[in-house]
Amino acid sequence: MASSEEDGSGNGSVEEKENGKKRSLGALATAWLIFYNIAMTAGWLVLGIAMARFYIQRGTHRGLFRSVQKILKFFQTFALLEVVHCAVGIVHTSVLVTGVQVSSRIFMVWFIAHSIKQIQNEESVILFLVVWTVTEITRYSFYTFNLLNHLPYFIKWARYNFFIILYPAGVAGELLTIYAALPYVKKTGMYSLRLPNKYNVSFDYYYFLIIVMFSYIPLFPQLYLHMLRQRRKVLHGEVIVEKDD
Amino acid sequence: MEGTALPLEGGGLEGLTLRRPPPPGKKAKKAVLFFEVEILDAKTREKLCFLDKVEPQATIAEIKNLFTKTHPQWYPARQSLRLEPKGRSLKDEDVLQSLPVGTTATFYFRDLGAQISWVTVFLTEYAGPLLIYLLFYFRVPFLYGPRYDFTASRHAVVHLACACHSFHYIKRLLETLFVHRFSHGTMPLRNIFKNCTYYWGFAAWMAYYINHPLYTPPAYGDEQVKLALAVFLFCQLGNFSIHVALRNLRPAGSKTRKIPYPTRNPFTWLFLLVSCPNYTYEVGSWIGFTIMTQCLPVALFSLVGFVQMAIWAQGKHRSYLREFRDYPPLRSPIVPFLL
Repeated sequence: MASSEEDGSGNGSVEEKENGKKRSLGALATAWLIFYNIAMTAGWLVLGIAMARFYIQRGTHRGLFRSVQKILKFFQTFALLEVVHCAVGIVHTSVLVTGVQVSSRIFMVWFIAHSIKQIQNEESVILFLVVWTVTEITRYSFYTFNLLNHLPYFIKWARYNFFIILYPAGVAGELLTIYAALPYVKKTGMYSLRLPNKYNVSFDYYYFLIIVMFSYIPLFPQLYLHMLRQRRKVLHGEVIVEKDD
Repeated sequence: MEGTALPLEGGGLEGLTLRRPPPPGKKAKKAVLFFEVEILDAKTREKLCFLDKVEPQATIAEIKNLFTKTHPQWYPARQSLRLEPKGRSLKDEDVLQSLPVGTTATFYFRDLGAQISWVTVFLTEYAGPLLIYLLFYFRVPFLYGPRYDFTASRHAVVHLACACHSFHYIKRLLETLFVHRFSHGTMPLRNIFKNCTYYWGFAAWMAYYINHPLYTPPAYGDEQVKLALAVFLFCQLGNFSIHVALRNLRPAGSKTRKIPYPTRNPFTWLFLLVSCPNYTYEVGSWIGFTIMTQCLPVALFSLVGFVQMAIWAQGKHRSYLREFRDYPPLRSPIVPFLL
C-alpha cells in the first residue's frame, strides 16, 4: 500500500488521539521535523510541477518518467528517514506500519519502475505518480502546519478526504504497473535464482510479483478502513470503541 | 505459545468483621460469612451476573463455573476475571476470602475469545511438519516433476536429514503427550492458525529444497555432515534433558513455579549460565540441521526461531527475576553472557 497514509498521530507534535494532549518534543527534534516536512513538501511540489510542465510542453506522457525519475527517486528514497523517526520516538507512529508503507513505495520505484524500463511509459505509472504527488504534498504540509501549531482546516480536510479517492486510484496504478511488468520479468528471468546452487534455495521474481499482487487483497481493505476510522474520529469527533484483542 | 505465569496476587484477610448476625429464630452454632459476588463487564460496566451465598473458600475457578451457568457461551477458559477493569487476571487457584475485596466482591469480566487447549495446538502444529516433510521426502506426485515421482535421492545426507527432522518432531509430539506440564490450559483459538501456518509453511519450504532432485549436498562433504549430526544429537539430548528437569520441578497437577537448577545430568549444567537452556539447545539443533543440509531456508527458519525464542527467554528471565529475590545473577536469558 504505497499511499503512505499512516494513523492519525503522524508527524505532528499535537496528538490526534482521543485526549488531544500535546506530547512535548525537544526543540531540536521539532526543528528537524519542521525542516524535514518542509523539504519533503517542496520536493513533491517540484515533482508535481515537473510532471505538469512535461505534459504541457510535450502533450504526451511518454518519456515523463525518465524526465522526473531523479527527483522521484531522491525524495521517495529520502522518506526512509521516517522509519528512523518512528524508531527514535520523535514521531509517534508504529515503526512497522511506517516501514511497510515506505518499503512498498521503495519497491515500486526501484524494483518495478526503475528496473523494468519497458513499462515506464505505461499510463498506470502516471496514475500512481500523480496520486503519490497529491497525497504527499497534502500529507507533508499537514505535518508541517501541525508542527507549527497553525493547521488550516482545509489541509486537515484534504488529508482526511482525498485518500477516499486517491487510495484506490493509487492501488489501481500500482497493480496495473506490476501486471504490465510481468511478461518482461518472465522473459528475462531477472532477480531470480535457479536450482541447482550451493545454498539450495530458489527465487522466482515472476511468481513473487504475483504473490505481491494478491497480497493487496487482504492488506488494502484493512488500511483503507483504518483511514476511514481515523477520518471519522478526527473530522467528526466520533468516539470509537476500539475492539479489544 | 509459551505461558508466562504471573506472581500470585492478593494479601491476607483484610480484617473482615462479621457483619451479618445469625438468621433470626435459629441458633447458629457457627456463623459462616457468605460473600456476594457481582460480575461486571470490564468495558461497559454492565452488570452481568450476581452471585450470593458464595463460600469464602470458593476459588476463582468455582466462581467462573457459576458464571458459566448464567452465560453458557462463556466457558471458564475464556473468562478473565479481574479486580480492576484493566487489572491483571485473577488466577483460578485464588481463594475469594484471600482477595482484597469486601463481603460483596466486584469482579470485572473480559472475554478472552474462543479458546483451544495447548495440547491440541502443539499436537497439530508438530504433526504437520512431520507429515509434510515425509511427503516431500517420498516425492509424492505434483510436488516435483512427474519423472521424479516416488524416486529416492541419491545423497546419503538427504536420508539422514529426513531421519533427523522426523526424529525432532516425533520427540516434540511425545514430549507434548508425556513430559510437558503446562501452566495454562488454553490459548486463543486464532493462535492455532498462526502457529500452524508458521510451522507447516516453513516445513514445506525446507523440505522442498532438501528433497529436490537438484539438491546440492554440503560443500565439505562427510566431515560437515558428521559435525552437524553431532551438534544436532547433542542439542536434542540437551533439550530433552531440560524438559525432563523442568517437569520434575513441578508436581503433577500443580502450577507451582520454582527456580530450575542443574541436576546430575550434565546437559542441565547449562542452567548455571542460562535461564532457558531448552531454547538454547533448540537453536543449537536447528543450527546443526542447517549445517547438515546447507540449505538457506533452514538457516532462515533457525534465525526466525531464534528471534522468537530470544524474546520468550527474555520475558521468562524477567519474570523469574521479579518473582525470586535470590535468582542466580550469572544467568542470561538464552545465550550465555550475551543475550
